[in-house]
Amino acid sequence: MKNMAENHVLSIKDLTVFRGAAKILDRVTLALGQGETLALVGESGAGKSTIATAIMRLLENARVTGSATLAGEGDLLTLSERKMVKLRGRRLSMIFQDAGTALNPSYTVGRQLGTSLQRIHELSKADARKQAIELFTSVGINDPEGRMSAFPHQLSGGMQQRVMVAIALAGSPDLLLADEPTSALDVTIQAQIVRLILQLTRERGASCVFVLHDLALASQACDRIVVLYAGQVVESGPARDVLERHRHPYTKQLKSCVLEIGAKDLVAPEGTVPSHDQMPNGCRFSTRCPRAVARCAGEAPPLVPARQTATGPLDHHIACWNPE
Amino acid sequence: MIAQTLSETKAPLSEQSIFELIEVEQVFEVPKPGRSLFSRETVGLRALDGVRLNIRKGTSLAVVGESGSGKSTLLRVLLGLDKPTGGRALYHSKPILEGRASGIDFARDVAMVYQDARGSLDPRMTIGALIAEPLRHFNIVPPQDEAARVSQLLDRVGLPADAADRYPSGLSGGQVRRVAIARALASEPSVLVADEAVSGLDVSTQAQLLILLQSLQRDMGLTLIFITHDLGVASFLCAEIAIMYLGRIVETGPTDAVLGAPSHPYSAALRAAAPQFFEPLSEPLSGEIPSPLNLPAGCRFSTRCPKMQDDCRLKDPQLGKLGPQRAVACLHPLEQQ
Ligand SMILES: Nc1ncnc2c1ncn2[C@@H]1O[C@H](COP(=O)(O)OP(=O)(O)OP(=O)(O)O)[C@@H](O)[C@H]1O
Ligand SMILES: Nc1ncnc2c1ncn2[C@@H]1O[C@H](COP(=O)(O)OP(=O)(O)OP(=O)(O)O)[C@@H](O)[C@H]1O
Ligand code: SF4
Ligand code: SF4
Ligand SMILES: [Mg+2]
Ligand SMILES: [Mg+2]
Repeated sequence: MKNMAENHVLSIKDLTVFRGAAKILDRVTLALGQGETLALVGESGAGKSTIATAIMRLLENARVTGSATLAGEGDLLTLSERKMVKLRGRRLSMIFQDAGTALNPSYTVGRQLGTSLQRIHELSKADARKQAIELFTSVGINDPEGRMSAFPHQLSGGMQQRVMVAIALAGSPDLLLADEPTSALDVTIQAQIVRLILQLTRERGASCVFVLHDLALASQACDRIVVLYAGQVVESGPARDVLERHRHPYTKQLKSCVLEIGAKDLVAPEGTVPSHDQMPNGCRFSTRCPRAVARCAGEAPPLVPARQTATGPLDHHIACWNPE
Repeated sequence: MIAQTLSETKAPLSEQSIFELIEVEQVFEVPKPGRSLFSRETVGLRALDGVRLNIRKGTSLAVVGESGSGKSTLLRVLLGLDKPTGGRALYHSKPILEGRASGIDFARDVAMVYQDARGSLDPRMTIGALIAEPLRHFNIVPPQDEAARVSQLLDRVGLPADAADRYPSGLSGGQVRRVAIARALASEPSVLVADEAVSGLDVSTQAQLLILLQSLQRDMGLTLIFITHDLGVASFLCAEIAIMYLGRIVETGPTDAVLGAPSHPYSAALRAAAPQFFEPLSEPLSGEIPSPLNLPAGCRFSTRCPKMQDDCRLKDPQLGKLGPQRAVACLHPLEQQ
């Protein structure tokens, strides 16, 4: 990739994650500029959450190689745990995919948010409470004062998700990792929360990595899109290039599965992702790809510029031997 | 009065509907906001507040609406897991709880796919044993045919036969959902109730499951009740839609008609907020989201409704007929062309 330069807030190079013999992530490379938003999309099990969790250094029982450089801090993968404790919640923060299990069931949600606020901003208890109520209001929690004393199980799934967003935003991070922050929410609240995340991150010039399943939402919220299949980046680039001028057969398949309102035709792709002990050595999509050619199964395609223009290669990359 | 919304025929309602909800209420007692630490004061949270719904046999119904509006609570009432605190909830014209208490028929006939598919499966059991469990419990096949039926069900949901020997931890999220569906189908139910069964799945796995559910519904005449936040999914899978806001169904009707020309202002806001490629993110509704502990006077949507008029703060609109197939709870429904 060109200009992996200083102006990148986050730059991931050849991130590879093993769990036992299984290679869960394979040489994932991506970069994020200051103020940019990026969407990770792809089949479930593709490794999206693993990328986010690896950046937070919260992966357990895994062997990690490669690098993930945060501007001004160096390679997050090699920092001391003490340093990481300082960074989490302040410079980088994560909204977890499963709000129900990420919240502590034995404390009220008000206390969980209040404690983060007190820790990060060194506030008094009363000020933390005031700010907690403000944050609850800004993420659209009705009756914010009353909900301060609610335990997680007393809230609907969507409301738990909003609490998670409020906690992640408490420290005003430079880099926010949002793992499906809205998949449990109705579309009006979803739009409201995504707007809120974008607004709060933009105000501070912060950057944001979203994990999203909804490609239309990704096009609305994100500058760049990275498509993953079975732990490998198969296509990446500006949202329009990836969603409208994609060249990778898997991206095309993903796009064809999007259901727009009123659509009655849907062709489901054949097959499933191979299990890790049966993963082909070459292109991991080759067991399902309609365009597969002889070399695909045995030889892994490198991530290369998707097209050339008069001014040189574009920042749009694919990994495919026989692109569309 | 029952709003007969989802169909119009001469036969009495009870003969054609599987479920009827009449003014159903579900009030949870929750700690009073701001009460002192040791006080036991509670207030009622109206999770369901006058729900009217009539579900015909063989139909497919999408339940959509704001998070916290009571969709999961509604399903728990339909499944007889919770007794409503008010109103009547009927299954084949008899109270659901009576049906449930009177034997295994109800549990066999009405199957559920939970949102948290993985959490609903015992991790120590193989997939084969998990699917065999309801077969045995409901006495569906003689023991010697059990294995054959398990592989038939696995095939039905698009899983390989050798999945029977694996454990849930060895399956992906999409595969686990398929197991949950296979288990639900094992008792040969006539009603399948699913709480966000495809949300959080990638679009390709989702497409596979939707086509599966559609064929089950069409080929086996299954009645399908499907909670989803995705209006594209609702319009693909479900002939009818019910839109909820703060404990009440505010609009029902054929999915395409309702989404094509919503008549309740909340439905219109929902429709406008559905993600669309490269469009700007929709503007949020302005105004306060009311607390279910303290519903606004008059129409419950009046604090955020762009069409609000003076009488909206005075009258609480009930779900009432709007044309032959549709119903809406609004004093000033949006114009229909
Ligand atoms: N704790 C774990 N132990 C072993 N394998 C794991 C663990 N967590 C995840 N995996 C495996 O790692 C791979 C990537 O998982 P990950 O959760 O990153 O996928 P994802 O892209 O986030 O999927 P989804 O869209 O379903 O959330 C999957 O094959 C998964 O089975
Ligand atoms: N056991 C309970 N005790 C107290 N309040 C509850 C309980 N269960 C649900 N509620 C409240 O009832 C209301 C409806 O909740 P419900 O879970 O039915 O919403 P939902 O429409 O399914 O939302 P979501 O889309 O977020 O899942 C919410 O205000 C919720 O906080
Ligand atoms: S490398 Fe081959 S198998 Fe892989 S996506 Fe391209 S054409 Fe298909
Ligand atoms: S009754 Fe009034 S406030 Fe309520 S939805 Fe209709 S127009 Fe809006
Ligand atoms: Mg994930
Ligand atoms: Mg719910």
